[in-house]
Amino acid sequence: MSRYRDETPDRLYVITSGRSGGSDESLDAVTLIVAESEPTAGMQSEHVEILRMCRSPMAVVEVAAHLGLPVTVVKILLTDLLDSGRITARHPRPAPSPAHPFASPEVLEKVLVALHNL
Amino acid sequence: MHSTTSDPPGTADALPSTVEQALKIAVVGGFGVGKTTLVRSVSEIRPLNTEESMTQAGQGIDDVNGVEEKRSTTVAFDFGRITLDATSVLYLFGAPGQQRFWFLWDRLFSGALGAVVLVDTRRLADSFYAIDRLEAQGIPFVVAHNDFGEADHDLEQVRAALDLDPAVPLLRCDARDRASAKKVLIALVEHVRTLVMGRTR
Repeated sequence: MSRYRDETPDRLYVITSGRSGGSDESLDAVTLIVAESEPTAGMQSEHVEILRMCRSPMAVVEVAAHLGLPVTVVKILLTDLLDSGRITARHPRPAPSPAHPFASPEVLEKVLVALHNL
Repeated sequence: MHSTTSDPPGTADALPSTVEQALKIAVVGGFGVGKTTLVRSVSEIRPLNTEESMTQAGQGIDDVNGVEEKRSTTVAFDFGRITLDATSVLYLFGAPGQQRFWFLWDRLFSGALGAVVLVDTRRLADSFYAIDRLEAQGIPFVVAHNDFGEADHDLEQVRAALDLDPAVPLLRCDARDRASAKKVLIALVEHVRTLVMGRTR
């Protein structure tokens, strides 16, 4: 699970093809990623793994934990797949804003019910 | 579903395909205060660990001044998950509360439902910065005193020592205990609900 944990910056450089930025700013830690296609031959192995693990929705941080890569690196990889339409992203709703910092009463009620039933 | 010979990790923990909305709650506190323990107590998956990094400005790969050390600050954090219903899932993040890790907050906890500040009376000072920051950012929070079942401090003494606003709920918990951890989360969500109701009134 932490295959890359002790990887050198060089290795991370290769995985991201040297990019340290340019990832989709809208990707949140809990944006849910869903694969929209199967891996194809010749794809980068990290992309293949992402497509496999996101057959069911999976949050960005979970993808990062399973790949053993930092969240920032994973966001770059996910942006590649988003750009090519191989995955879709389900962003947290409602988008947090200064005007509406809190969840709606309906959402809070739902969370309370679920927690009580834990 | 496809059958594969190399199932990815977490397949057994897969979320329903109908899940659309993810919510966040942050659990913040000093080192060893029990953040991961609390997350583990209520999470449906074994807590996972990953890291965020903050790349410092001015980083350049062509900069070869003999500096070999990494140019980014990295902080590891744990998280767990609770599936709420067919369409929603709640993620619980445990993160260090010290000042030097706050870049993590800006990235990870924006839009969070709220936060739990976990305190330990032996190291109350570890939570001062977290509380100040949450207050300044207007993120709703509760304070949970993790006393491992040994109530050696009066909660009002803890409140005074933390200089905590009377409106902020303070409760005692045993992070190892699922029911106790659950109560902390419920206290937070109820507190948020009170704040929301107050605004719409």
